[in-house]
Amino acid sequence: MKTLQLIFDKVNYIYSPGTAFARHAIKDVTFSINQGEFIGLIGHTGSGKSTLIQHMNGLVKATSGHIYFNGQDIDDKDYKLKTLRSKVGLVFQYPEHQLFETTIFKDVLFGPTNLGLDKLECELRAFEALKMVGISDDLLDASPFELSGGQKRRVAIAGVLAMRPEVLILDEPTAGLDPKGRDDILEQINKLHKESGITVILVTHSMEDVANYADRLFVMNKGELVFQHSTKEVFSRYKELEEMYLAAPQVTYVMNAMKNSGYTVTTEATTVLEAKEEILKAWRLS
Amino acid sequence: MIRDITIGQYYPAESVIHRLDPRVKLIATFAYIISLFVFQSLFGYIVVAIFLLSVIQLSKVPFGYIIRGLKAVVVLLLFTSFFNLFLTPGKSIFTLGFITITDKGLNSAVFFSIRLILLILGSSLMTFTTTPNQLTDGLEKVMGPLNRIKVPVHEIAMMMSIALRFIPILLEETDKIMKAQMARGADFESGGILKRSKSMIPLLVPLFVSAFRRANDLAMAMEARCYRGGDGRTKMKPLRYSNRDFIAYFILLAYIASIVAIRVLENMGLILIFYK
Repeated sequence: MKTLQLIFDKVNYIYSPGTAFARHAIKDVTFSINQGEFIGLIGHTGSGKSTLIQHMNGLVKATSGHIYFNGQDIDDKDYKLKTLRSKVGLVFQYPEHQLFETTIFKDVLFGPTNLGLDKLECELRAFEALKMVGISDDLLDASPFELSGGQKRRVAIAGVLAMRPEVLILDEPTAGLDPKGRDDILEQINKLHKESGITVILVTHSMEDVANYADRLFVMNKGELVFQHSTKEVFSRYKELEEMYLAAPQVTYVMNAMKNSGYTVTTEATTVLEAKEEILKAWRLS
Repeated sequence: MIRDITIGQYYPAESVIHRLDPRVKLIATFAYIISLFVFQSLFGYIVVAIFLLSVIQLSKVPFGYIIRGLKAVVVLLLFTSFFNLFLTPGKSIFTLGFITITDKGLNSAVFFSIRLILLILGSSLMTFTTTPNQLTDGLEKVMGPLNRIKVPVHEIAMMMSIALRFIPILLEETDKIMKAQMARGADFESGGILKRSKSMIPLLVPLFVSAFRRANDLAMAMEARCYRGGDGRTKMKPLRYSNRDFIAYFILLAYIASIVAIRVLENMGLILIFYK
């Protein structure tokens, strides 16, 4: 049973309206997200991705339009933004820059404590969240500033997970990490998505990442939401993506090149695994 | 929320004031600030207000935008008028219990506030119409003669331009960290003074960390490009006076002359002063 979780209805946002700096950052964006979906959000730099996700937990208020979370309008006067923010967890770009406590454990406690839960529950959640992102127990009392970049980022993500959100939004969670750190973090997010059924919205510049994990792709261009289709369908229209300074995954290009050279392959593959199967199939046939 | 602070921000527009040489604007602002404290009569205020309003009109910066910059100093304004109002000795005009308001107190409270407002409006107009780079260029040039008495003018100007450049960066950073902590349920708006200042810790610690990180990066980037101070350094766009700058100096001179004239007339008793 699919339940609608997040609905945007003709949302507009204008920065500094009425001054020389006014900029229409979000234009008439309309979409809905079901509970438990994995959404990939792509778009070139400055296309409005970051502004869009900040609407989802009420950090930015839409200039016009409506946003509904679990059936309630988040702009309603008696709707508590604090509740919304605990349900919709937002991990910013370079989240390690927000660490401030003396120990890792205390930093992760910050979120749940702000929710007003009792101490035991907070500690339980913090513990659980750190386990989820793979931080070992002997690091709990270390200062967050002593950690490596990748570890810091996991701690910061744990800080949001500890609030047990229903929707997890990640803004380029793998920027600046090495390939191993990148795969680790994405695998852990995917595992969390599979096991707890949490809705994930992943903002990224890596087409391979979204091809591997996302069910649906949202594509932003100049403040407008141009695509909101299945990952395969969006990548099959890679010519249009290229016009927006985006691209399809490398393997999709490989498959297209093969087809053009006369091999009997379909060009649907977006991941290396799918491409492998497709090429083997063509191999066996010939 | 944090973007509402407009003091020290450039407002891009095409106007005569924007095109003026930064040296003219610096000297004019300096002269203007001094001129505010020369006169004592209402007539003086009217002359200054007319001068300021016509410059604002010429600059094409929206008036409401400039007024917004005053928000940042409302507390200071209230503070000074409060002390002026209640603590100035003189003839009592209003008494309630131990509170006494004197005629002199009322006078200085009102006019001191007006002076402060005029001062802030005037000096913020300079930063609205001059980019930080132009400003430090102008400053370096104006203070140039001090180099002879071993004042490190170039270094001071460089420090200033870096500091000015960092204001918007740090504001943006503050905004980002604030949002990140709000996403974790932080509350910066409610509670008493103690709770509120405690809630600033999650904001200030990351902000300081990032400021130091950025300073380090910048120092490294400057060294990588062989920066070694001002000796023998040339400019891509050296400052040059044009005709409109000389006209501006002339208008400034006329303004100063009229303020001095007002002062002289006041001293001769020809213009009414509210109190002495």
